[in-house]
This record gives sequence, structure tokens and C-alpha cells, in this order.
Amino acid sequence: MKKIEAIIKPYKLDEVKTALTEMGIQGMTVTEVKGFGRQKGHVEVYRGAEYEVQFLPKVKIEVVVPEDMATSVIEKIIVTANTGSIGDGKIFVVPVEESYRIRTGETGRDAL
Amino acid sequence: MKRFVVYMMMLIVLNLLAGIVYAEEKTITAEEVQRHADFVWTLVAAFLVFFMQAGFAMVEAGFTRAKNAVNIIMKNLMDMSMGALAFWAVGFGIMFGVSKTGWFGTTGFFLSDFARDGDPWTLAFWMFQVVFCATAATIVSGAMAERTKFVAYLFYSAVISGLIYPVFGSWAWGSLYKGSGWLEGLGFIDFAGSTVVHSVGGWAALAGAIVLGPRIGKYVDGKARAIPGHNITLGALGVFILWFGWYGFNPGSTTAANTDIAMIAVNTTLAAAAGAVGAMFMSWIMFKKPDATMTLNGVLAGLVGITAGCANVLPASAVLIGLIAGTLVVVSVIFIDQVLKVDDPVGAVSVHGVCGAWGTLAAGLFNAEGVTLKIVGVQLLGIAACFLWVFPTAFLLFKLIKATVGLRISREEELEGLDMGEHGIEAYPDFQIHPEAKSVRV
Repeated sequence: MKKIEAIIKPYKLDEVKTALTEMGIQGMTVTEVKGFGRQKGHVEVYRGAEYEVQFLPKVKIEVVVPEDMATSVIEKIIVTANTGSIGDGKIFVVPVEESYRIRTGETGRDAL
Repeated sequence: MKRFVVYMMMLIVLNLLAGIVYAEEKTITAEEVQRHADFVWTLVAAFLVFFMQAGFAMVEAGFTRAKNAVNIIMKNLMDMSMGALAFWAVGFGIMFGVSKTGWFGTTGFFLSDFARDGDPWTLAFWMFQVVFCATAATIVSGAMAERTKFVAYLFYSAVISGLIYPVFGSWAWGSLYKGSGWLEGLGFIDFAGSTVVHSVGGWAALAGAIVLGPRIGKYVDGKARAIPGHNITLGALGVFILWFGWYGFNPGSTTAANTDIAMIAVNTTLAAAAGAVGAMFMSWIMFKKPDATMTLNGVLAGLVGITAGCANVLPASAVLIGLIAGTLVVVSVIFIDQVLKVDDPVGAVSVHGVCGAWGTLAAGLFNAEGVTLKIVGVQLLGIAACFLWVFPTAFLLFKLIKATVGLRISREEELEGLDMGEHGIEAYPDFQIHPEAKSVRV
């Protein structure tokens, strides 16, 4: 199993969620996060004085999938969340040792 | 027979009714109706002005950070409450009591002018004046936001409402009741208080912000940094409430139900609108984007600007007064923030102090009955007298507080937020974000 962590633009969440559920993904965890990348935030003006927006708001999607689905899910996210401009986000893939469904005690693939 | 009885009864009832109407016509005079209308209008206006307290609370809370919102609310609540008691005990007597010298009144403390079965006008007039006093007092809260000890603010509230505001008020408005002020004797025009209320609050705010010093992170390497407010929606609601309340502030200052209130209301509206337009374009030109909080300040600038002259200038002049006030407030905020380097988080000094002075001058310059050098001279004298009385006394007061109970909270408490440190509760305990993450480097 793999955990796919995708950090994307907040307004892309709906599109990505729809695309992934259409692929048969059963669930996901979504968190509002803040961060910066190579662009290092940007400068705004408030009441005539500058301030840096150092951390930009993003959405982090976490989805755990069977090994054989990982590549297609990653490709789907890359296509859907892409706008071509700076700040589209990143995807990290992490191996997952085990998974459990708390209600039934099922494990592995059955618990996803 | 039955029918006859019914007819007779109806006749009797009609006669009785006619008798009552006739009798009432004899006892109620036109003067009495006018008197009752004056009471109703003055008190309704007082209630509108009271609601401005909510407006100030929302503007100040919205324009500052979430971690200090409870403290802002407590300050706004307590400057009204402490202030009302101080004004009742001392302030009203100083401002409107019999004044032998023209510098302060000496009678009418603790509302002693009103005894049982006395003239209720004393009460209606006090009610209208106490909310004006509270307006002047609450202006300071915004300029001193996010770093002032709560107990220090309580001391300040009592002194401005009991002493600083009433003394200047007695010079300009004393004769509205039993007093007589030297400034009004010269012909000073300040119908609803551009100077008496707003400049008094504004100059006290300036003194407070100077003695306090800037918030941590406001000036980095000598350069002014923005510390964005946490809820512009709330701030905008506050400005709308203030604009609404101003229809009590200005038209209510007739303290009489008469036809003058129509033009005063129109002037108030036009100046507020022109203030918003002026500030919006000025900020657009200066910062490339129409700044929302500056435009909201522009509304207040226009309102403060028209307050002195709302009854003696024509509507076209009100537009000009508001437009200049709106432009002025943007320049003034930048000047105070970046040149004087005085940290005033909500722009209170510019809105109330500077635009109050402008409005007072404008009331002379645009006087519908003609302008003379003497009129303008007296207006300038009033503006100067206000600054020279309020700024030094407020400065001394804050220095005194600083030397005794302390004026500023600790560095740790300031970073953590006054809500936890001063009051032990957060305004938004269920929210996860802390907006500092995006703005201030410490």
C-alpha cells in the first residue's frame, strides 16, 4: 500500500476529489494547511505598509491506495490539479505498513 | 323598546367621547406637543449614538488580531460603563454646571440638578450628553490596541470621562445647559462635536499611542510593517453601525424636534459618501489597489469632518468637506505610521483628531451665512485650544499610569495575545489558525 500526500491549490479540491472517486477511491483525508515553496510567498500592501504573506493557504489530500493503483492515482492528481502556474503544489508518496478498519478489524486492502 | 335603549346608549357614549376630546383640546397646547416631541427625538438620537459603541467595538476588533479581540471588546464595554459613572459623578457638573470663569462648571455633580418631580429635561439632556462623552472616550481604545494593560485603560477611562472631555466641553458647549464657556462666547462653531468629541478623543489617542510605543513587530529596521486585521467583515459592519449611529449624533444635536434635522441628515450622508469615495481613490492611486480598511476609514473621516458644520453648511459644501476628509485621512494615516512612526492600529488619530480639526476649520470656511476672518480665526483658536488642553493632560495621565500601575503588558503576553493574558479566554477558541503565521516577523 502507498499513501499519496498531495498538496494542491484549495480551489482545485473539488475537481481532484471528483476525479479520484470516479476512479474508485473510497475515502480520503483533507486538511487545510499553509506553506511555501520556491516562490517564498508574496508581498501585499495593507493600509499603505507592506507585509509578506510567507505561508500560502493550501489543501493537503491524503489517500492510501493499493500498490497497483498508485501510479494512476498520482497521474490523475497531476492532470487535475495542474494549472500551469506557480504554486500548483506537490505530491509525496510514502509506503504504508498496514491498515485497519476500526469498526470491523479488517486489515490490508480490505480496510481501504 | 329594546332598539330605543340601544340608541340612547350610543348617544350617551358618543357624548362622552366628544367630551373627552373637547377636554383634551383645552389642556394640551402646541408648546406641550413640541416639548414632548423634543424629548422623544433627543432620546431616540441618544439611543442611536449609544449604538455607536457597538460600531467602535466591531471596527477595532476587526482591524486588529484575533488574539486580542476579547480585550478590545472589554475595553469598549468598560469605557462606556466606567465613563458613564464618571460623567454622572463629576463630568456633567464640570461640563454643564454653572461656570463663573468660563473654564469649568462647578454645580450639578451626581445629577444633583434633578430632584424628585424635577424637570425631566435634565435627564433627557444628560442622557444625550453621556453617550457623547462615551464616544470621545472609546476613540482612544483603538489607537492603544493590542499592547495596553487592561487596568491602565480603566484608569484612563475614568479620567477622560470625568475630567479631560468635560473641561473642553464646558468651553464650547457649556451654555447648552447651565454653563457658559469662553470659547463659545467668541462664536466658536462646533455643532455636534468635530472638536469637542472627536478631536478630544483623537489627541488623547495620539498621546496614548506615543507613551505606549509601537506593537512588537510593527517597525523592523525602522521600516513600518503592516499587521493586518483579522476580520474586515466585522470592521465593515462596525463602520455601517457608526454611520447609522451618526444620524443620532448629528441630527440629534438639535436636541429639538424641528425641521433643521433634514439638512443635517443630508449633509451627514453626503459627507460620509464623499469621504469613502475620496479615501478609495486616494488609496487606489497610492497603493495600486482600493484599500478596504482605508475606504472604511474614509467613511468615518467624512462623518467626523461634517460633524462641526452639519447645521451651517449647504449640501454641496458637505460633499467637498467629506471628499477632502477622505483624502486627508489616507495621507494622515501614512504620515503618522511611516513618518512619525506612531503605531495606531485602526487610524483613530487620523480619523478623529486630524479630520476633527479639518471639520472644525471647514465649518468656518463653508459657513452658509458667509465667512469672515474672525470666524476662521475663532475656529482655528478652538482647534488649537483643544490640542493644547487634551494632548498634554492625556500625555501626563498616561505617563502617570505608566509610573504607577504600568501601561504596557509584558513582551510574552503581547506575543501570546491579551485575551489569554488579561482575561483568560480566547475570542475564537475553536478556530485553529493564528494569523501571525502570515504576517509578522518577531
